[in-house]
Amino acid sequence: MTFTAPHIDYAGLSPVIALTAGIVVVLLGGVLSSRHQRLVVSALSLATLATAAGLSVWQWGNQEDLVAGALRLDELGLSATLIAIFAAWVCIPLSWRDPAAEPEGTEPRHTEFQALLLSSVLGMTLLAQAQNLIAFFVALELLSVPLYVLCGSSLRRERSLESGLKYLIVGSLGSATLLYGLAMIYGAAGSTDFGTIDQVLTNGNASDSLVLMGVALIATGLAFKTSVAPFHQWTPDVYQGAPTPVTAFMAVATKAAAFVALVRIFDVALGSIVDDWQPALSVLAIISIAVGNIGALGQNSLKRLLGYSGIAQAGYMLVGVAAASELGVNALVFYLAAYALMNLAAFAVVVVRERETPWGDDIKSVQGLGRERPELAWPLTISMLALSGLPATAGFMGKLFLIEAAVDADHTYLGVAIAIGTMISLAYYLRVVAAVWMRPAAEPAPAMAGGSPEADEEAAPAPKGTRCLAILVPAGICAAATVFFGVIPSPLVDWANHAGGALAPFF
Amino acid sequence: MLWLPVAAGLLCFVVPRRGVPVVAVLGTLGTLGIAIGIVAGFQGGTAGLQHVVDESWIPDLGVRYELGIDGISLFLVLLTALLWAGATAFTAFRMPERRRIYFFMLGLAETGVLGAFLAQDLLLFVLFFDLMLVPFWFLIGTFGGENRIAATTKLIVYTLVGSLLMLVAAIATAVLASGDIGHLSFSLADLRANPLSSGSQYWVFCFFAAAFLIKMPAFLVHGWMPDAYRAAPLPVLALFSAVLSKVAAYGFLRIVLPLYPQATVHFQELILVIGVAGILYGSVMAFTVTNVRLIAGYSSIAQLSFITIGIFSLRPDGADGAVLQMVNHGLVVAGIFLIVALLWERSGSEDLTRLGGMALRAPVLAALFLIVALGNLAMPGTANFIGEFYILFGVFQSKIVFAFVASIGIALAAYYSIRLFQRTMHHRRTENVDSREIGVRDAVVLAPLVGCIVALALYPGLILGRADSSVQATTAAVKPEPNVITAKGWTGYAPVSEVTK
Repeated sequence: MTFTAPHIDYAGLSPVIALTAGIVVVLLGGVLSSRHQRLVVSALSLATLATAAGLSVWQWGNQEDLVAGALRLDELGLSATLIAIFAAWVCIPLSWRDPAAEPEGTEPRHTEFQALLLSSVLGMTLLAQAQNLIAFFVALELLSVPLYVLCGSSLRRERSLESGLKYLIVGSLGSATLLYGLAMIYGAAGSTDFGTIDQVLTNGNASDSLVLMGVALIATGLAFKTSVAPFHQWTPDVYQGAPTPVTAFMAVATKAAAFVALVRIFDVALGSIVDDWQPALSVLAIISIAVGNIGALGQNSLKRLLGYSGIAQAGYMLVGVAAASELGVNALVFYLAAYALMNLAAFAVVVVRERETPWGDDIKSVQGLGRERPELAWPLTISMLALSGLPATAGFMGKLFLIEAAVDADHTYLGVAIAIGTMISLAYYLRVVAAVWMRPAAEPAPAMAGGSPEADEEAAPAPKGTRCLAILVPAGICAAATVFFGVIPSPLVDWANHAGGALAPFF
Repeated sequence: MLWLPVAAGLLCFVVPRRGVPVVAVLGTLGTLGIAIGIVAGFQGGTAGLQHVVDESWIPDLGVRYELGIDGISLFLVLLTALLWAGATAFTAFRMPERRRIYFFMLGLAETGVLGAFLAQDLLLFVLFFDLMLVPFWFLIGTFGGENRIAATTKLIVYTLVGSLLMLVAAIATAVLASGDIGHLSFSLADLRANPLSSGSQYWVFCFFAAAFLIKMPAFLVHGWMPDAYRAAPLPVLALFSAVLSKVAAYGFLRIVLPLYPQATVHFQELILVIGVAGILYGSVMAFTVTNVRLIAGYSSIAQLSFITIGIFSLRPDGADGAVLQMVNHGLVVAGIFLIVALLWERSGSEDLTRLGGMALRAPVLAALFLIVALGNLAMPGTANFIGEFYILFGVFQSKIVFAFVASIGIALAAYYSIRLFQRTMHHRRTENVDSREIGVRDAVVLAPLVGCIVALALYPGLILGRADSSVQATTAAVKPEPNVITAKGWTGYAPVSEVTK
């Protein structure tokens, strides 16, 4: 009698394997002396990410079940993976700091930082591919736990620790809610597999109230993760407190993975009861658009502003999910990619200014940038204009795509909600642009320094040219890509269509 | 032609500082040259599009890169190119600070405006319509006067409120029409062939009308106007007032009338009321305020209202007049603002009470100003007279009551234009006024403008002859509607044939 091992599709799993191996190798880099550490470890991390990205591209176009149906390899999952990898790739140079400017021990060492970052990317990869309730939850935790640590990783800064703790508590609450919801769905459907759940619900032999409770709790749990209002309260605080590179990564990558997971669970597993959850998600989207945009109006901290703007943007993206159509998913993926480009450019500029000026991330830090540092002013300007959805940027195309999806699915009011939200948002995005171009640089006022989050540890603000370059290049690339895809959107549209097409059988 | 200005603008970033204005001026002159070439090669008497560019742009969203020019847009394009060349040269002589970004933004703005005039795809139009706001926001906010940031933010929020709703409406139009066309298409030709049901037309019309009326600005939604006009740098303001408002009026002719004919008939009287109210309000305000910019601003409200009622007379003669008047008003108001810039340099004031006696040593400047002012008041013998005559003629035939009230506006225009001229040029000289003759370089900018005003006065057929057939086609789209309506069993409205008599 021979024992046949289950077939393992190593090719399909290869991005996951590459990331896992990378994490181990990067952790081993911790034994190096701190002089070489940054260089070697960063090179290893970037190589890992590049490998994983390359393997994802290689697998692009394959559609198959992996690991006995726990994971689904398709373009939708891979696109979220690619966005997460891109965000991490940008985030690593952002996190390089001048060793001379910092005493030993105040910042996490590069090894830990980057290993945690990679673990989070791994979690996102798995989450975006999960089509089984258990794999789904495990991946979500793998994504979240490293982020809790990363948020609190500026050990000497109270704000950072506070933000880590806050994120841990709120995130755990979200996870618990989600788990409860997953359990209820399992109780109703008797299976953890998305496909089977769908079949059971389609046949109608599931107790209704149990399913509905489950759906509500899942929606709530994922809303926590994607910072959709009214489950958003943690977002501005955590965004502001966390080290800025982490914030950038969190804002972009978490959103991509969690939204793809949201689409998969709602459109695949719960697709047959779309009439039940569609109104709920629409309402959440509208609330999120309103809360995010209005909340951002009075913010002086750029990171808080971007946090609130992220809430509003999550609302826009939720419209793509609520449309419950292939077009909606396409629009969502397009918007996620555009959002990644716009936000990373903005955060990169914030990182630079935090180090250069005594105002931290206060809006004052970017005043007069247009005159003094045009190379920083342009990425920030483009990113702000794109976030506010002005034409000739990817942001405009993304909104156009989303509105088209909403109108096409007969939810014109959602399109109008996006338009109204966009109008409100102009007031604060343009405030930033006005500060950049139209106001003179703020005079240094030592009294202000205490109020800003990262300023208290800045001993030597003046950056070196090379260090800046590591940030400027990604910022410039993101900004240029934002404009490029605003003028010639077809490549990105095709890409998004492939991603959405993976779910086509479910609509 | 479309991308030349922005290319020149980008070039400004790489050439040395001294070369920047030269590049910018050459860019706009090149555009002007192409525009003149198009006008010269234009075949009159046909309603169709010419110089069509039609490329697939975003196939999945049904958006095409579709450009073309016809009798309505022809002269607006020329006007845009001419005024941009003028204003760019005007600022180039003055060498502003941070000139690279200034000229880049000007170039971007010209591309946006030309794009809106040329676009034959609904979404492309909306895109350019929004796009042109960004550079103006920058120009006013960066180079404007007192209180500029608040003013410019107010401006952009106001105008984008309209244009974002317009975006939704445009998408809704395409999606709703896609059922008839068979695929998603924003092409104006496709959409014209497949009109929406009357119910959807109504709300879509409201969104579009809101966007255009705000942009003009029309009465009730002109709240952004005084602040923005006070804060804007004058050459920019000349362009803003002369060209951007025309995009809105043009939008009515290009988009609203052909695409939403039933709604147009339905809301005709409402728009006429707004228009007539705007004429009266604008005129009255223009002779009560003393700031020169605001006089021109309020007079623009009145003139734009004239153009609106001309379009909404829904008759070819009214719309012909509107097209002519758009060009006229653009020339005149740009002339006024550039002259105001000269006055400001000579007196340091923009207040009528502190201006006066300028003509004493500056007869040429005064003469130029006189021609412009007479154009503004639609003196018989100027093209403005012919334009307003056509408009009123059209309105008389469709809605006689409105025409009577609107005629009052002409009388009021005479009052405020002459007041503007007298108070600045004649009167006793105030001590801060330095009566200096116009410089040769400024004259080079102003003289062609005034020359165009005179030329149009002598031969308005230049525009009318070329515009007429396109206008006929546009207004005809509205006319046959009653048959369609009755065919569908709609009896709620009087047929247009009765309405128009």
